[in-house]
Amino acid sequence: MRGRHRTTAKQIVDEDYSAYDFKDDIEYLYKTKKGLRESIVDEISKLKGEPEWMTRFRHRAYEHFVKRPLPTWGGDLSALDFENITYYAKPVERVGKSWEDVPEAIKKTFDRLGIPEAERKFLAGVGAQYESEVVYHSLRKELEEKGVIFMGTDSALKEYPEIFRKHFGTIVPPEDNKFAALNSAVWSGGSFVYIPEGVVVDQPLQAYFRINAENVGQFERTLIIAEPHSRVHYIEGCTAPVYASASLHAAVVEVIAKEGAHIRYTTLQNWSKDVYNLVTKRAHAHKDATVEWVDANTGSRLTMKYPSVYLMGPGARTDVLSVTFAGRGQHQDAGAKAIHLAPHTQSRIVSKSVSKDGGRTTYRGHLRVARGARNVVASVRCDALMLDAQSRSDTYPYIEIDEDDATVTHEATVGRIGDEQMFYLMSRGLTENEAVNMIVLGFLEMFTKELPMEYAVEFNRLIKLEMEGSVG
Amino acid sequence: MKRTLQIVDLHAGRDGKEILKGINLVINQGEVHAIMGPNGSGKSTLSNVVMGNPKYQIMSGDVRLDGESIAKLAPNKRAHRGLFLGMQYPVEVSGVKLGSFMKAAYNQVHGPDALDVAGFMELVEENTKLLNMDSAFAGRYVNEGFSGGEKKKAEILQMLVLKPAFAILDETDSGLDIDALKTVARAIDAYRGPDVGILLITHYQRLLRYIKPDFVHVLMGGKIVLTGGGDLAEKLEELGYGWLKDEKYAGAT
Ligand SMILES: Nc1ncnc2c1ncn2[C@@H]1O[C@H](COP(=O)(O)OP(=O)(O)OP(=O)(O)O)[C@@H](O)[C@H]1O
Ligand SMILES: [Mg+2]
Repeated sequence: MRGRHRTTAKQIVDEDYSAYDFKDDIEYLYKTKKGLRESIVDEISKLKGEPEWMTRFRHRAYEHFVKRPLPTWGGDLSALDFENITYYAKPVERVGKSWEDVPEAIKKTFDRLGIPEAERKFLAGVGAQYESEVVYHSLRKELEEKGVIFMGTDSALKEYPEIFRKHFGTIVPPEDNKFAALNSAVWSGGSFVYIPEGVVVDQPLQAYFRINAENVGQFERTLIIAEPHSRVHYIEGCTAPVYASASLHAAVVEVIAKEGAHIRYTTLQNWSKDVYNLVTKRAHAHKDATVEWVDANTGSRLTMKYPSVYLMGPGARTDVLSVTFAGRGQHQDAGAKAIHLAPHTQSRIVSKSVSKDGGRTTYRGHLRVARGARNVVASVRCDALMLDAQSRSDTYPYIEIDEDDATVTHEATVGRIGDEQMFYLMSRGLTENEAVNMIVLGFLEMFTKELPMEYAVEFNRLIKLEMEGSVG
Repeated sequence: MKRTLQIVDLHAGRDGKEILKGINLVINQGEVHAIMGPNGSGKSTLSNVVMGNPKYQIMSGDVRLDGESIAKLAPNKRAHRGLFLGMQYPVEVSGVKLGSFMKAAYNQVHGPDALDVAGFMELVEENTKLLNMDSAFAGRYVNEGFSGGEKKKAEILQMLVLKPAFAILDETDSGLDIDALKTVARAIDAYRGPDVGILLITHYQRLLRYIKPDFVHVLMGGKIVLTGGGDLAEKLEELGYGWLKDEKYAGAT
């Protein structure tokens, strides 16, 4: 009886793994040569038929990228070969408005990942990106009528040039860091979200990013603008199949929450273990606005990602909830930044990391209370769970306070699974594996309970997958 | 066939220190045994060793279920064979819902097809009521933020849900208020039956007023020094353990 149960559970897990780890044979309509040169930047811009200001923006970024050295902190980037990457691969001619418009092979990919089904069930809008281009986009009609815009970033540049230009690049300038510069030079795809004043979007908008080919870079650019007193929940999911050599994902995400607006940005990332994931995510929260980053990082070879929020106006708040899971050969260097630039602002950062089989997690954070930002309440909490002695976890919380009346708390714990907990769970009949899984999922529950139910189930399944074979 | 839990000349301890110094005890299905004894006499050690806590080591002797040694089995294997330990100090498992934990345990002990989700929820609901617990408990995290008494109730809830053949209850009564003690004791007594063997570890006779034991054992210095019927508990309540230190009782069973 029990034996059978275990096999069944394993079968389910195996099936699930194959749900992500498959690749399709796609004929690309267009693909740039490997490596990055100024001519490639031009080529991309020309192909897209962009306005001149964007071409200039790309060149400015490219110049900075070339000049800027690789960061010397964070993860090991020495094996990242910029010359061996295809910077632009175009799978389709135009964005599909219904799944029928999407080429069969690509549609099948998203089918297998369950996207159309999720769309029918509980999403307000869906975007799907395959390599460099957005292949599908939809938005519920009633939201469209209210003036909500949810489309690929390339389309938005064409269709809403004014809103676009006013906000694009204002939160993350190309000079911010080497990978923001790279993204700005070769960006393609991503989501553009615009919520008009006072409009509340109850159901999440979801974008799905898929890298399918080996050595292809994905450089999407997402821009979310929430006008005063509007509300939106944006979810992004990312996957890639397993290849022997590295792919690169270097996204830039800019989020603007105007007065009293509320934005939640959820990421569920499950890159394959050969992807470099180097992402710049930043938000501005204006007066009384709230920005929440809910960010899960499983997979990838190296992730460097520190979602940040600039609290620009009085009463602005932010919550950053970050989860990382590092297994064999993986390094998750993640964290958060809360920059308090106005009085009566609040931030709460919670980071949970799990490492096993020699995996490495790093919490790297920055909490800053600037002069003039009085009555700030801020907290940082990082909990690390290490499942074996080979794994590693480090914490670099950088805290800089220029006002005396700030209430700042900082807590950090590093733990292992307790013997007494294991005995307790096993004494009730759980196998060693089950007990470990349960403790790990419990450790992450604070995060999981923030996810919509469907995603929580998916996330728990992912973690169990990562846990496979972690104990004898 | 009647099942038996048998402890045979058991010498066991922790970190190389011998705490149990030759325990012999046979519990048959249908019987309730009580163990009493001073603090530090080895009662919790005995319960941990029987359940297979890897922190404890058996130096010699054996623990047998239906005549077969279980001394080398992992705790979950013992649970599968029908053993349950209600702990003196239940541990917190942060973020794990009591309900899902019990479901996972139930699936392991009785097989995944024994009960569907609805049936299982009913089983939990019913016993939660019986124990006078808030139905919200199943949705709370295992022992996290539970009061001392609530933890003990949650242990009994798990016993009632998992339906073990042999239950060792280590100081379930400590921490319970007067009414809760009555409720819990009645629930244990109701669980009692021809297919269940129970070992109650307690300091107080009042638990045994509700659950009349068939045998009472006194554990002192790692040995059972005296065994009697239910009335022994009353005598102990009155006299304490001092008189047992007398030479003539030492080693008696
Ligand atoms: N690791 C250890 N090393 C040495 N002695 C230990 C160790 N762990 C427990 N002991 C001792 O073993 C003895 C028995 O402990 P045990 O918990 O079994 O007692 P008990 O009878 O359950 O007591 P109580 O009634 O207080 O619950 C105690 O004296 C305790 O201090
Ligand atoms: Mg004890």
